[in-house]
Amino acid sequence: MASVPYSYGLLLAAVLFGIGFAGLLVRRNLIVVLACIEIMLNAAGLAFVVAGARWGRPDGQVMFLFVLAMAAAEVAVGLAIAIRFRQTLRSLDVDDADEMRG
Amino acid sequence: MTALFYIAAVVAVIATVLVVTRSNLVHALLYLVVSLFAVAVVFYTLGAPFVAALEVIVYAGAIMMLFLFAVMLLDVRAEAPLRVPRRAWLGPLVLVAVLVVELIYALTLNDSSLRGVEVGPQQVSASLFGPYVLGVELASMLLLAALIGARHVAGQPDDGGGEADHGGGPADDASDQEAGA
Repeated sequence: MASVPYSYGLLLAAVLFGIGFAGLLVRRNLIVVLACIEIMLNAAGLAFVVAGARWGRPDGQVMFLFVLAMAAAEVAVGLAIAIRFRQTLRSLDVDDADEMRG
Repeated sequence: MTALFYIAAVVAVIATVLVVTRSNLVHALLYLVVSLFAVAVVFYTLGAPFVAALEVIVYAGAIMMLFLFAVMLLDVRAEAPLRVPRRAWLGPLVLVAVLVVELIYALTLNDSSLRGVEVGPQQVSASLFGPYVLGVELASMLLLAALIGARHVAGQPDDGGGEADHGGGPADDASDQEAGA
């Protein structure tokens, strides 16, 4: 049986997480920042599923379900904050929220 | 199945890079959907069909729908036109076509020996509602908290949102009861 080496699955998860993290640092649009957080959470879930598949256990998939629920909660609150952000600051640029800068 | 994994992985990486690099918000979200589909195919090749289906339903379905509603509510037309030009569909369409060909190949082949050790929905559910049932309860509480938090943050533009809600609440309830009757 020629199955994929599991280190490649973890490598894919690491690459996706890195791309998401780079986007989180580089992009200034609030919606795209939230999308990058989604990418990073998805990559973390992928790592869980790869690890679960490595041992042939369902625990990795169960953890992915929890990551999924957390991502849904996070994006709901995040987009609500984005709507309020737009209403108060008239922009979607995260650099405009600098009122608390010391 | 290994070739399917590598092709889906390459598609996922390309689509994710395009999510980060597109300046247009709607284009970036289109590529995000493609990226999630590609990761779903990766899950399928890893022998996790249940999670692959959930990835499509919850991530590409529900969460992307939330993003779409937010884009509509925010009225970002000034920065990015909501009407996507036909040329912008080309990239996501090519990537998704690769994934569709892959999935059709995998499903028509239907040789379970090619897959890794498959952990089906039955085992996942038994584990989810066995040793992990406390986590399910915590996830439900988290989702409820997120629902209330999102309602509180984005509910009313003014700070007197609580009073405004009390004013509007009974009327809404009455109209609901009338509709029910």
